[in-house]
Amino acid sequence: MARKLLLEHINVPGINTFDVYRSKGGYAAVEKALKTLTPDEVVEEVKKSGLRGRGGAGFPTGMKWSFLAKPEGVARYLVCNADESEPGTFKDRYLMTHIPHLLIEGMIVASFALGAKTSYIYVRGEMMPQIRILEKAIAEAKAKGFLGKNILGTGYDLELYVQPGGGAYICGEETALLESLEGKRGNPRIKPPFPAIAGLYGCPTVVNNVESIAAVVPIINEGGDEYAKLGIGRSTGTKLISAGGNLRKPGVYEIDLGLPVEEFLYSDEYCGGIANGKRLKAVVAGGSSVPILPANLFLKTINNEARLMSYESLADGGFVSGTMMGSGGFIAYDEDQCIVRNTWNFARFYHHESCGQCSPCREGTGWMEKVLHRLEYGHGKMSDMDLLVDVSKKIEGNTICPLGDAAAWPVASAIRHFRDEFEWHVTHPHEATTRNFGIAHYADPLPKLEEAAG
Amino acid sequence: MKVTIDGFPIEVEAGTSILNAARLIGGDIVPPAMCYYSKLEGSGGKCRTCLVQVTKGSEKDPRPMPKLVASCRTTVMDGMEVKNITSPEVIEARKGVVEMLLINHPLDCPVCDQAGECHLQDLGYEHGAAKTRYEFDRRTFEKIDIGDKIQLHMTRCILCYRCVFTADQITDHRIHGILNRGDHSEISTYIQKAVDNDFSGNVIDVCPVGALTDKTFRFKNRVWFTKPVEAHRECENPKCCGKVTLWYKGEDVIRVTARKDEYGEAEEFICNTCRFDKKKTSDWVIEGPRKVSHKSVISSNHYDTLKPLPVVKTNPVLMEANKEQFERETRL
Amino acid sequence: MLSVQDTNTPVTFSPELISKFADVVSRYPEGKQKSALLPILHLVQAEFGWTSVPAMDKVAEYLAIQPIEVYEVASFYTMYFLKPQGKYMLEVCRTGPCEIVGATPIMEHIEKTLGVKEGDVTPDGLFSWRGVECLAACGFGPVLQIGPEYTFYENLTTESVDKLIGDLKGKANN
Repeated sequence: MARKLLLEHINVPGINTFDVYRSKGGYAAVEKALKTLTPDEVVEEVKKSGLRGRGGAGFPTGMKWSFLAKPEGVARYLVCNADESEPGTFKDRYLMTHIPHLLIEGMIVASFALGAKTSYIYVRGEMMPQIRILEKAIAEAKAKGFLGKNILGTGYDLELYVQPGGGAYICGEETALLESLEGKRGNPRIKPPFPAIAGLYGCPTVVNNVESIAAVVPIINEGGDEYAKLGIGRSTGTKLISAGGNLRKPGVYEIDLGLPVEEFLYSDEYCGGIANGKRLKAVVAGGSSVPILPANLFLKTINNEARLMSYESLADGGFVSGTMMGSGGFIAYDEDQCIVRNTWNFARFYHHESCGQCSPCREGTGWMEKVLHRLEYGHGKMSDMDLLVDVSKKIEGNTICPLGDAAAWPVASAIRHFRDEFEWHVTHPHEATTRNFGIAHYADPLPKLEEAAG
Repeated sequence: MKVTIDGFPIEVEAGTSILNAARLIGGDIVPPAMCYYSKLEGSGGKCRTCLVQVTKGSEKDPRPMPKLVASCRTTVMDGMEVKNITSPEVIEARKGVVEMLLINHPLDCPVCDQAGECHLQDLGYEHGAAKTRYEFDRRTFEKIDIGDKIQLHMTRCILCYRCVFTADQITDHRIHGILNRGDHSEISTYIQKAVDNDFSGNVIDVCPVGALTDKTFRFKNRVWFTKPVEAHRECENPKCCGKVTLWYKGEDVIRVTARKDEYGEAEEFICNTCRFDKKKTSDWVIEGPRKVSHKSVISSNHYDTLKPLPVVKTNPVLMEANKEQFERETRL
Repeated sequence: MLSVQDTNTPVTFSPELISKFADVVSRYPEGKQKSALLPILHLVQAEFGWTSVPAMDKVAEYLAIQPIEVYEVASFYTMYFLKPQGKYMLEVCRTGPCEIVGATPIMEHIEKTLGVKEGDVTPDGLFSWRGVECLAACGFGPVLQIGPEYTFYENLTTESVDKLIGDLKGKANN
């Protein structure tokens, strides 16, 4: 069984309270950082750890921190992105519900490293219960002298606040989040300037995902080098995977990066295989916006190597035969699921969540949804698939923020890998409304390289 | 700082955007802009029609930029090299953006007061496809009057946000804004409120399409049948420059607007009194006829001037040189 | 029972509510009180059941911003109700992972049980329902939430939905 860094004590009764958390070694990272390290040394440890942003983009956290501008006399902010809304992802909710002090502890250490005196945790508004949990945890930490003025007598002051969102997926984009935190519509900003230069209230700001902030705690406790020993290659450390869909044991799992996907999917330690003894048809590996893969291409790369749960291995094959780690929102589809319906569902989601600021996304997401709706309900045409691919290309890369890409990729990849299922919806419109296409050849072993070449 | 756009080099001040650098060069290489407005701070970046390709970031860091960038909101770096009309990617992306802008547009140019001076019409003409691939109902809204002088026809709006910036920056307070989100977004006052402010009429001038129109000019005439004349008056309003363009039909002033530059931007903003209430020649000091670009429909008025002379049609070299005119003739 | 307000009915904010507003405003730097807008709209909605125009106008006045800035924000985010809803608003997640484990049948069951269409209010004023996008509980689908505290109900079945609706009716009648 792999070591758990974040969820080690998750099952300890009362771990959501300060006292129990503290008794399990909690807040040691705050003591170590504030009393024995300088802010720059904390940043250095995080750099050494190789930690990559856990919100989806996978950008090295230490590097992001080192980009923060530090002009004299200007406030700096750390904002935690807890606007978890990517379909398939629910790890942050889980962490905040059960072990809120881990996030608070990480926030204190990270704020110290960045020189922030006020930090915010922006939690999506629907997570009102988690907001209450965090507020209670903050009050406890403050009462014990870990927040507020002169923390642990070190002279470092920090106020930490929880900000609720209002219901908008787009606020998971960091500049939209900052706009929202300023009390505005969640329209992503046009970059540059990046938040590291001009973020919240025009001040230098770092925005990090919940899990990235939490991971700072074990990194400081054990050292960046120790953390970097876990994982594989540039995918260091552990990662929380939200496993959902047609699984026997859905839930949040902490894995060492580099775990074979087959083991994650089928071993009893993790997902325990597909529910109801069915077969796997397809997987979305990192949240709804990453490319969907048929079962065979998910389990093995195009070179017939076992695929691993790591940033690099999941991306192996690029957009042709690979996918992405994303936020770790793992969705498994069994043989009875309809890929056309799922693609329409995701397209509807992105249409609903587009902020409407820039034209390709505002108009294109709605267009794709309408075409997919007509395919799903038996009114599609053979030319629709090419139309969808073309519209997705017109959106991809041409928008202000990554929501355009996130809307385009699932559509383009579904058509790339499941085109025959889409075509079947056109050629068998009546049948398609009463039964599903089934697993077809999507789980067949990949052809051997020689055969493929021949 | 030196920047090269489509092979044309130019020296510009630090902080200049690629779009403004291109405007200094001028001509065909200037990217179209539907949402950017140089007089409105914070405008731009939204419509995506001005996307360009940066093939060389700067002298210091020559790497190309990974994606196309909005030229209106990207500042030049020394040694930067940019491709606009010489980049197939840009042309393709722009075609896509124009298509997106048009899928929900009513295409009611025949009954739209903006026709003839509409930037979307120009854009569609230059970059659009002749046929639409969109087979669904178009988005529609009810027309509403925001005040007695301005009509909002949201169905035509492309959500450039210019009128919102105008209300924020030119008037003393803003009553209208963007409501809802995604493709349900609309310009509105939410509750039926009149936009009533000395400078509110400027939203008509900044609107790139026919979404905000002058009710005092509504259905009075097509712009290409009017005669624009530059004029000014001593305006009582200290914030108003009093410099306008009067649009004549025969002897009558049927419309007053701010003076616009070659990119359709108001040179200076004018007050509502000048715009709506001063419609007699005697109100104004006439400066002379407005210079109108030969490309404008207002100057052409009769389309046959676009036709190349017969001699051109017999000489292959001249035919090649006048390719654009031939194409335009066939399109017309 | 929810007191449904007419759009033009003025509202008054109680001193308790105002002190909650003040607490929120104190979290931000001087002059950045607009940051309090989203949390304050949540407080208003929890108090009145929805965000009416008079309430939004008063919020604008409190934060010293233009009313349109409040309307813009309230209409952008999905959690703010711009018209009165039932006392219990059942919000069912309908996005991918919940859909593949049966969100649509749950919504159909709710529609049948309550006898009202999505977005409408039951005649007794108790219930409304609607499909919403991903609620970040994908491993426990189908899920629904009920404001203003956004209590979560996971792994829904038609039976558990029936029980939930029954319990809520009982609670409201006591």
